[in-house]
Amino acid sequence: MELRGKLLDVSNLKVSFYTYRGVVKALNGVELWMDSGERLGVVGETGCGKSVTSLAVMRLIEQPGEIQEGKIIFNGKNLVELSEEKMNNIRGVEMSMIFQEPRSSLNPVMKVGYQIGEAIAKSKKIKIKNTYPEVKDMLRLVGLDPERVINSYPHELSGGMSQRVMIGMGLATHPKLLIADEPTSALDVTIQAQILELLDELARKMGNAVMLITHDMGVVAEFCDKVLVMYAGNSVEYASTARLFEKPLHPYTGGLLQAVPRVGRTDELKAIKGTVPDLVNPPSGCRFHPRCPHAMDICKLERPPFVEIEPDHYVACYLFKGKNEVREDG
Amino acid sequence: MEKTVKVSKPFMDDLKHTVFLWRKSRLTMIGSAIILIFLLMAAFAPLIAPYDPVHQDLQIKLQAPSWQHLFGTDQFGRDIFSRVIIGSRIALWIIFLVSVISGSIGIIVGVTAGYFGGIVDEVLMRITDMFLAFPSLVLAMAFAAMLGPNLTNTIIAISVVTWTTYARLSRAEAIKVKSQPYIEAIRAAGGGNLRIMFLHVLPMCISPVLVQLTLRMGTIILTAASLGFLGLGVQPPTPEWGAMVSDGRNYLIDQWWISTFPGIFIAFVVLGFNLLGDGIRDMLDPRLRR
Repeated sequence: MELRGKLLDVSNLKVSFYTYRGVVKALNGVELWMDSGERLGVVGETGCGKSVTSLAVMRLIEQPGEIQEGKIIFNGKNLVELSEEKMNNIRGVEMSMIFQEPRSSLNPVMKVGYQIGEAIAKSKKIKIKNTYPEVKDMLRLVGLDPERVINSYPHELSGGMSQRVMIGMGLATHPKLLIADEPTSALDVTIQAQILELLDELARKMGNAVMLITHDMGVVAEFCDKVLVMYAGNSVEYASTARLFEKPLHPYTGGLLQAVPRVGRTDELKAIKGTVPDLVNPPSGCRFHPRCPHAMDICKLERPPFVEIEPDHYVACYLFKGKNEVREDG
Repeated sequence: MEKTVKVSKPFMDDLKHTVFLWRKSRLTMIGSAIILIFLLMAAFAPLIAPYDPVHQDLQIKLQAPSWQHLFGTDQFGRDIFSRVIIGSRIALWIIFLVSVISGSIGIIVGVTAGYFGGIVDEVLMRITDMFLAFPSLVLAMAFAAMLGPNLTNTIIAISVVTWTTYARLSRAEAIKVKSQPYIEAIRAAGGGNLRIMFLHVLPMCISPVLVQLTLRMGTIILTAASLGFLGLGVQPPTPEWGAMVSDGRNYLIDQWWISTFPGIFIAFVVLGFNLLGDGIRDMLDPRLRR
């Protein structure tokens, strides 16, 4: 099979959680791919499976969750088939992750320098003590005063500083891919901008790819090369950022963009009608059809395939396939 | 640029507040004083004790308390005061080793069960329940009888029955800690199970176990003394307090001092540990702190 992304190619990824209420089909065939050094934004509503996707790529889905199907080809290896031990050698070395809550993502009783050192020590197989010069370089790189921060405990740092530390920890081992799961949502707006700028600058310097998970369209527009829109555990649209904002094809993407406030925008903001579907009993066919203004009969019966409508613009919607067919017929 | 907040002052305030609470509670102070005396007694035992605790002199047997023999002498003419003083070392040694052994078994079992969960948790906790199903003294007696009565086996027997409390405590703590976001962050950074368990989860589980250990020290002395009294603990002529109380049983009517003095010491030290333990618990309880 030809890979769509040279660095990461996720195809038909299905993840379920076995809960008391029933099986939650959190991911239902997610498609996602990235090239080296690329920035991909993954957007969607709360509960659409953005975070689960990122955890699945890191193979961090824990009981009662399970990856049921699909391939995650990262750097030529299928991560779904790797042993836990081999996976552990990839985590933190070839790909790493930063989380939403920077302050609770650091061990509160260990010094910050030690925690960064731990990651470096593991990838280089040296003692933690010997990593300190490198830890200091990393702290300087993320814009902190190394002398002051290296021996601090997390509670002595502000939220923004903690997130800088987390970024330093994530990039300390020069990974090929950094997954950032809403890295700015717990921070206030001015710090958000600083953190994004920092991520941008470091990714440029180190050449790593970034998968940015967010629900903030503004962040995506500013930061990402490509965008993947997810809805209820499915990939619904994938395109370059410029193209997606200019010409969104999927009705859901259109709805999302209509709900984003912008300076100078005078028309009324429109919300997408209805609510996110219950993933224990998801709607049949296309999971968006109950809320879709253009729903057709086929949408209720079959899941639309994720196909390339125009070069590098993928959509999972019968609307477009349908249109093409109509044109061909007429 | 953001600034580092200095925290040394709140820490000092916290310490001052703790001292203030300690001084406000008279019972805690009494408990601390008793334990301090007990520790000093054990530390300087050979200097304080006027006679050799195991030296027998039948010519002076069963003498009532006098200025020569402060607490009198027993049926073999041994000086009871010296024996009681030296006995504090035995008691302290037992407390120390039992705390270390049972504390570490308990915390390792508990953290393993809590961290891995599932079948591991089920197996380890059911084993713990099996130990808890027996009255602790009866179980300790059974172990002591099986292993043979001496100091080492007494320590093993008591450790084997006391670790369960710490296992349950640290399991609960481990379950709480393992769901914290930073544990997931460490996993994402490639930390293996053993590393996370021992370096990141276990240290967070130690403090409640330490508090519980101080609370249980009185019980440890009592159990050791009970085993000694029943003849299943430390063997004569070693001056263990429980065994000494047992020695004087036959002479209780006429030579009351043989059993009474070691008994008083057991009572006081246990009281001291309990008062101190209660005090520590109150001082560490955030709801009672202010």
